[in-house]
Amino acid sequence: MSTGMSTDTLLSFEEALEKFDPAMGLEVHVELNTASKMFCGCATEFGAEPNTQVCPTCLGLPGAMPVVNGAAVESAIRIGLALHCEIAQWCRFARKNYFYPDMPKNFQTSQYDEPIAFDGWTEVEVDGETHRIEIERAHMEEDTGKSLHVGGATGRIHGADHSLVDYNRAGIPLIEIVTKPITGTREKAPAVARAYVAQLRDLLLELGVSDVRMEQGSLRCDVNLSLSPAGAGTLGTRTETKNVNSLRSVERAARYEIQRHAAILDAGGSIRQETRHWHEDTGVTTAGREKSDAEDYRYFPEPDLVPVAPSREWVDELRAGLPEEPHKKRARLQADWGFSDLEMRDTVGAGALLLVEETIAAGAPPQAARKWWLGELARRANDTGTEVSELGVTPTQVAAVQALVDAGTINDKLARQVFDGLLAGEGSPEEIVAARGLEIVSDDGALMVAVDTAIEANPDVADKIREGKVAAAGALIGAVMKQMRGQADANRVRELILERLT
Amino acid sequence: MTGGSQTTAAWLADELEAGRTTSVEVTQRHLDRIADVDGQVHAFLHVDAEGALEQAAASDARRADGAPRSALDGVPIAVKDVLATRGLPTTCGSKILEGWIPPYDATVVRRLREAGLPILGKTNMDEFAMGSSTEHSAYGPTRNPWDLDRIPGGSGGGSAAAVAAYEAPLAIGTDTGGSIRQPGAVTGTVGVKPTYGGVSRYGLVALANSLDQAGPVTRTVLDAALLHEVVGGHDPLDSTSIDQPVPALVDAVRQGATGDLSGVRIGVVTELGGEGYQAGVLTRFQESVDLMVKAGAEVVEVSCPSFVHALATYYLILPAEASSNLAKFDAMRYGLRVVPEGSPSAEDVMRATRDAGFGDEVKRRIILGTYALSSGYYDAYYGQAQKVRTLITRDFEAAFGQADVLVSPTAPTTAFKLGEKLDDPLAMYLNDLATIPANLSGVPGISVPSGLADEDGLPTGIQILAPTMADDRVYRVGAALEALLLDKWGAPLLDRATGLEGAP
Repeated sequence: MSTGMSTDTLLSFEEALEKFDPAMGLEVHVELNTASKMFCGCATEFGAEPNTQVCPTCLGLPGAMPVVNGAAVESAIRIGLALHCEIAQWCRFARKNYFYPDMPKNFQTSQYDEPIAFDGWTEVEVDGETHRIEIERAHMEEDTGKSLHVGGATGRIHGADHSLVDYNRAGIPLIEIVTKPITGTREKAPAVARAYVAQLRDLLLELGVSDVRMEQGSLRCDVNLSLSPAGAGTLGTRTETKNVNSLRSVERAARYEIQRHAAILDAGGSIRQETRHWHEDTGVTTAGREKSDAEDYRYFPEPDLVPVAPSREWVDELRAGLPEEPHKKRARLQADWGFSDLEMRDTVGAGALLLVEETIAAGAPPQAARKWWLGELARRANDTGTEVSELGVTPTQVAAVQALVDAGTINDKLARQVFDGLLAGEGSPEEIVAARGLEIVSDDGALMVAVDTAIEANPDVADKIREGKVAAAGALIGAVMKQMRGQADANRVRELILERLT
Repeated sequence: MTGGSQTTAAWLADELEAGRTTSVEVTQRHLDRIADVDGQVHAFLHVDAEGALEQAAASDARRADGAPRSALDGVPIAVKDVLATRGLPTTCGSKILEGWIPPYDATVVRRLREAGLPILGKTNMDEFAMGSSTEHSAYGPTRNPWDLDRIPGGSGGGSAAAVAAYEAPLAIGTDTGGSIRQPGAVTGTVGVKPTYGGVSRYGLVALANSLDQAGPVTRTVLDAALLHEVVGGHDPLDSTSIDQPVPALVDAVRQGATGDLSGVRIGVVTELGGEGYQAGVLTRFQESVDLMVKAGAEVVEVSCPSFVHALATYYLILPAEASSNLAKFDAMRYGLRVVPEGSPSAEDVMRATRDAGFGDEVKRRIILGTYALSSGYYDAYYGQAQKVRTLITRDFEAAFGQADVLVSPTAPTTAFKLGEKLDDPLAMYLNDLATIPANLSGVPGISVPSGLADEDGLPTGIQILAPTMADDRVYRVGAALEALLLDKWGAPLLDRATGLEGAP
């Protein structure tokens, strides 16, 4: 969609890190998967016809009033607890006042100085090193509508002919999770940012509170970044790169901003405090609006809502029902699966831990699960610039493919064609194998015909084998597999060739 | 059906029940009255004759089947234009909402429909309920049926004038700082501000959310209780609504109507009287107090020292909340849209629309509120105002430790002349001096006519306040005083209204 062009001067990443220390702050917005919106009973289905999931409250019609969705509060508390936060005994919503066409009331009902959860932490692992991320707060708020700018070349408001607003998203419950400044990560900063968001995504999935589809915007990350002279221990002027929509982009955007800031500072310039837009396609950020610290949203407590005061009993009950902590879980899974440290690190690093876990739960052997997600599927994701989790292949499907391999119905090479079929939406692995005729030919009669044809066409090779050079059989196996369009068990073909020639 | 000036909603309900009249007849009669006098009074912004008669016919059909929905089924009503009415224009007295027809009913309106009350139309008001005279309506002022050159009070001057002029037996008003009670006082009618949270605010276009409360506008205390019981009670759509049953208000009225006030302690609030109050208003007030004493009440003087800060507190909290509430009127989704020349941005359209669509008083309060909430000023203004608000609530608590109800004149003066205070906002604001503390602390209050001021022959009102959720007390004492005064006067006060020609 975007065509961000940049003329930014960049310092090399290595030189940037020699001269400066990066500090990051990550703000993650999570759309909850509650059946109804934050303050009204409207449905929250993604991709519905524009403006069909609206009512007087989420349209901000005169006189309409909000009512807090209890399920959203529960999700917020569970997220807070999973991040080791304190849960407020009493907190209020606040109005954040500013004018924007896609915001129905021209204020966002959010939380200000009384967040539902605060002062937490989580630990992420990068290259075997543990980094502790301090969580400043997690608060509840409502999403805005979505503007569609029509007629311009870029899809942005600038140059557009007119704009349409879809209010289906207005009022969807959001949790904003804000970290304290993350310092001391040095050259690992971009990887730590990515690992944090990846872990948060897995955690949210396990909590079952969000779909966390970054490409659909149900998990959005803003990357705040600043540099200070190496060793100075201060915080520099920050930029806030908005709506970074994939794990890969989190890492790339952080890296880009480090290099861009470094070039400016190194040349004696100063950083403009501003928002930046990340451009997925060109891998650059461009300047947005200037953002001062004193931006005045005229927050005040929302007078239409009563305070949220979760009882300690309820909070304790929710705490008891939390999933296992990420670092404990990683250790347990590694032992269960028999993964080496490196294998485990790669799995976590690729953001595939949950996928591998679910694939194993669906019946696949651990090594096979790892092999598919980190090999074939990671390659495809990389080719299309997406995350493995966003490819559209499910753990259940991967387990089914592996089951077909284990049963001898297909081999690894044919399995790739099954993945092609899955990505093309051709049905289940079994259906794809049948429809594409991928099943391995196990009928020796048919294989013998192909073996004989191959021997006839390659008399020299056949002679070598007859002379005892068994290793030469590879060439004949290849020829047979080619005839069989890959649909043969290579081991059986080898046996048949050797039977014939020795 | 003829009830003349004696007509009350309760009497109409009895007539309907006895089969001596029909809702269609009653409704038509009021529509005729509106046609006759509203050209002079201008209480209505919109009259829905067709809809009201249809609802009346449906009511008659229910009654013929022996299945009326409530005691007031078939008794018509007028609704302040600040409440959303499905299919009926709702302007809040503002140009910015001209032409907007809500797709939904406010809970109060829904309850009226469910109880079978035909809705005659929407009544005039100060723009977005900002004002004490109804002169700030973008559609022209309402006039006081007692003297057409005078204001009917505000913001709910339309509802009060409609009831005073017998254009409607009942009306709904809303009271943020006195907008039900003060118009009641200056038009010789009864107005009740229920306990905050006692009547749903869902569909009430908010002026100041923490202060607004809808309530009855009627000619008698009994009518107010009947109407209050219809619209009151918990509403899951309003988080601030109280999840408790409405007290037995009609029973309280019947108890009070005996005129016996033995054992009732009445607190006269020192700070709500004296300087700034018109002599005739104070005389009538004292007379009412004396009557209550004769009826067995004990009078105590109570002091609420923080009340002197109520007006200042109110004029920080109200504009702050209003400035945010009114942000939604931006031409993007409904109402007026002013498109400047050239190729304007959305922001340009918002700016031009708000500039053209809001009146001066609204702009004044948006500016005040925006300032009060601004960072750097918040603590000094909005934050401080909230603290004073707490002090006012404590004063009420202390006072209610000494007295069962508190009383004061409802408004410091009788109805002033149109235009008299229009250029002096502070003088206008002073009209709500006595009514504002109740809104700041959420307690219920009633204004009952207390007579006519000697110097100008215009109505005066007495205000009775009770603790939160003790709405029944204001009804009991109000009904007692009403009975004592009626006994003294021999006929309802409104019989002496001279502003309109032609008998009701």
